[in-house]
Amino acid sequence: MAGANGAATNGSVSGEAQITFLEAIRQAMFEEMERDPAVLLMGEDVGVYGGAFKTSEGLLERFGWERVIDTPISESAIIGAACGMSYLGLRPICEMQFIDFIVCAFNQITNFVAKGHYLWNAPAPIVIRGPSGGGVHGGPFHSANPEMYFVHTPGLKVIYPSTPYDAKGLLKAAVRDNNPVLFFEHKFLYRRIKGEVPAEDYTVPIGKAVVRREGRHLTILSYAAMMHTSLEAADALAKEGIEAEVIDLRTLLPLDEETILNSVKKTSKCLVVHEDTKTGGIAGEIAALLCEKAFSDLDGPVLRMTSLDSPVPYAPTLEEHFLPNAKKIFSAAKELARY
Amino acid sequence: MGAGITKQMPTELTREKYLALYYYMRLNRAVEDTMVKLFRQNKIVGGLYSSLGQEAISVGTCYALEKKDWIAPMIRNIGALLVKGVPPRDIFMQHMAKYDSPTKGRDGTSHFGDLENLRIVSPISMLGDLIPVMTGVAIGGRYLGQKIVTMTWIGDGGSSTGVFHEGLNFAAAQKAPFVLILENNLWAYSTPVRRQVPLENLADRAKAYGIDSYIVDGNNVVAVYNAAREAVERARAGEGPILIEAKTFRRLGHAQHDPAEYVPKEMRAYWEARDPIALYEKFLTAEKLLDAAGKKAIDDKLDTLLAAEREFAENSPMPPAEFAEGGVYCTGDDCHKIRAKWERPIAEVTPPKSSVKAVWNVPGFGSGKGSGGADAPIHFGDTPQLVAERPANNGRPGKAAAKPATRNTPKKAKAAAASASRKGRR
Repeated sequence: MAGANGAATNGSVSGEAQITFLEAIRQAMFEEMERDPAVLLMGEDVGVYGGAFKTSEGLLERFGWERVIDTPISESAIIGAACGMSYLGLRPICEMQFIDFIVCAFNQITNFVAKGHYLWNAPAPIVIRGPSGGGVHGGPFHSANPEMYFVHTPGLKVIYPSTPYDAKGLLKAAVRDNNPVLFFEHKFLYRRIKGEVPAEDYTVPIGKAVVRREGRHLTILSYAAMMHTSLEAADALAKEGIEAEVIDLRTLLPLDEETILNSVKKTSKCLVVHEDTKTGGIAGEIAALLCEKAFSDLDGPVLRMTSLDSPVPYAPTLEEHFLPNAKKIFSAAKELARY
Repeated sequence: MGAGITKQMPTELTREKYLALYYYMRLNRAVEDTMVKLFRQNKIVGGLYSSLGQEAISVGTCYALEKKDWIAPMIRNIGALLVKGVPPRDIFMQHMAKYDSPTKGRDGTSHFGDLENLRIVSPISMLGDLIPVMTGVAIGGRYLGQKIVTMTWIGDGGSSTGVFHEGLNFAAAQKAPFVLILENNLWAYSTPVRRQVPLENLADRAKAYGIDSYIVDGNNVVAVYNAAREAVERARAGEGPILIEAKTFRRLGHAQHDPAEYVPKEMRAYWEARDPIALYEKFLTAEKLLDAAGKKAIDDKLDTLLAAEREFAENSPMPPAEFAEGGVYCTGDDCHKIRAKWERPIAEVTPPKSSVKAVWNVPGFGSGKGSGGADAPIHFGDTPQLVAERPANNGRPGKAAAKPATRNTPKKAKAAAASASRKGRR
């Protein structure tokens, strides 16, 4: 059914291919819509324009206006309508043009979508995705990391991948999941990183972290763009004889406690790195988890390396100061290793 | 405003249907009367809301739907739940937080639904959120070929929320088969409608979305039914969403705790004299559809039914404490098998064969990486030109049939309804 045009639009070739993070997301949506006609895409400018970042390029052409729906600028209507569609067994993907705008639909997500299964046995298999994160001088309203508003909401799942492989596999898993899944796409990664993805269909399990680099002196937990920054810091640490174990959380809700605890039991020290602001960030949650379940294994304080507790500032000098970087991670990790 | 009901729908309503409307209004009131008793015995958990005096709206609108259609009732729409087929015991148990209730005690009041059988979407307390949700059900149903209509209700208060606008605008842009009933009961808790909205007729809001609206006497069940029936048929035929403003009055306070002393005595007296059930009984008697024996039979039927339903509800246990745990996530196929029910060939969908003519072509659209690079036909709703090309009345008796809905409304309202109807047809 795909035909020559479909294959070209799909963009995948036989064997492993190096693709961008952005292309991984586009392929995941394309392939899921190809696989299951119950999958639809809704959002602002996702159709004719192909999405503000071109993540849905070619989808309207392939799947038509009933499945690739250009919506008014109405985030609550997008999420609400997706929820309604899901009651008929459809599996809509909602794009927030920038994830900052997800809070415009906060009530719809946290009160309507998230509570349905618990309260009245109504699952809502929808995916809400969009570009998030800073480092691209987007300013205070186009750089947000609002994941923790939703990690605090029972009933949702929250994914924040760092590689093209994970982005594609986790987005496919999100579409097939019976629950509302929030899928954050760090826009810094969209075109800056490439990775290999298999030609065949695959998914990455939701709720599983992965060890990106093995080590024994301390554990660095991170996700999304900061994952790459943390690996850079780990390289520098290695040159000083400090072997950091770097773990990519990938899913923030539900959190993979097992992988975290196993690593910390081995290294006895933990640094959590995230681009989200410090107060109420997931680092605090992880610190509490380690106090509850690994207190006797710890040989030092659980440290947090995060953005400052402020809105994301606009000027490059300010934003650079606001964000964590490899140097800051290196210093914090070195201090912790010597503790 | 005329105080009586006249026979307005010469053909469609049979004796059986006239009496069904009566039965459901009586059932609605009897269920709520029973709950007031339970409330006074401290058997209701939390608040108790009333639709006293508004029964004609819940019953008349929901009765206009087909079994396959979807509803999302609000707090004062117990009548709609009953018409859809919810047994009174479920409503009692919900309010009593019992383990046998539809939500097993996890939520209360009329906050429950049924996706599988009755096709009811549960409300949440935040007003207006059901509008985009029911828009989504309507669009989804159209995509699956199900030919369903969706309906929800909103109050005068809820019509000021942002999501009312987002939802109704999106429904209009998508021409969703969706009917929105705006129950203007004149009060949002303690705030009169005039202090919320500087409009005589809230139906005027429809103009902003380019959709048709009706204004109807909400205490006249026949008028309500006729307006709803026409709206539902038009929505099903693909004419897009329709707004019905039903003018009524909230006879009790916001909830049981509220004596509503802020309501002027004259206003209350005026509306109490226009009780929808009393008016309808008068009409049914005059039309020789109901006599004393018939009324007695319904009295007895309701007494017997509600005594049994109440007993069942009272005997149901409270949920075990540990039931608070778990159930947050759907665990997969073992929990819910989620499958779309296609009523059109899937082959029509991939690659898409649109039933809508292309509105315009984007030259070289998709010439970027990963697409075919051809000119793309864009099918996205109607442009004004396409609307103009249609037959003037679209082959449907819209304007003529709108009259019965407005016959018993004030002159101003009648004029506004007629103009809304004309405006919608351009």
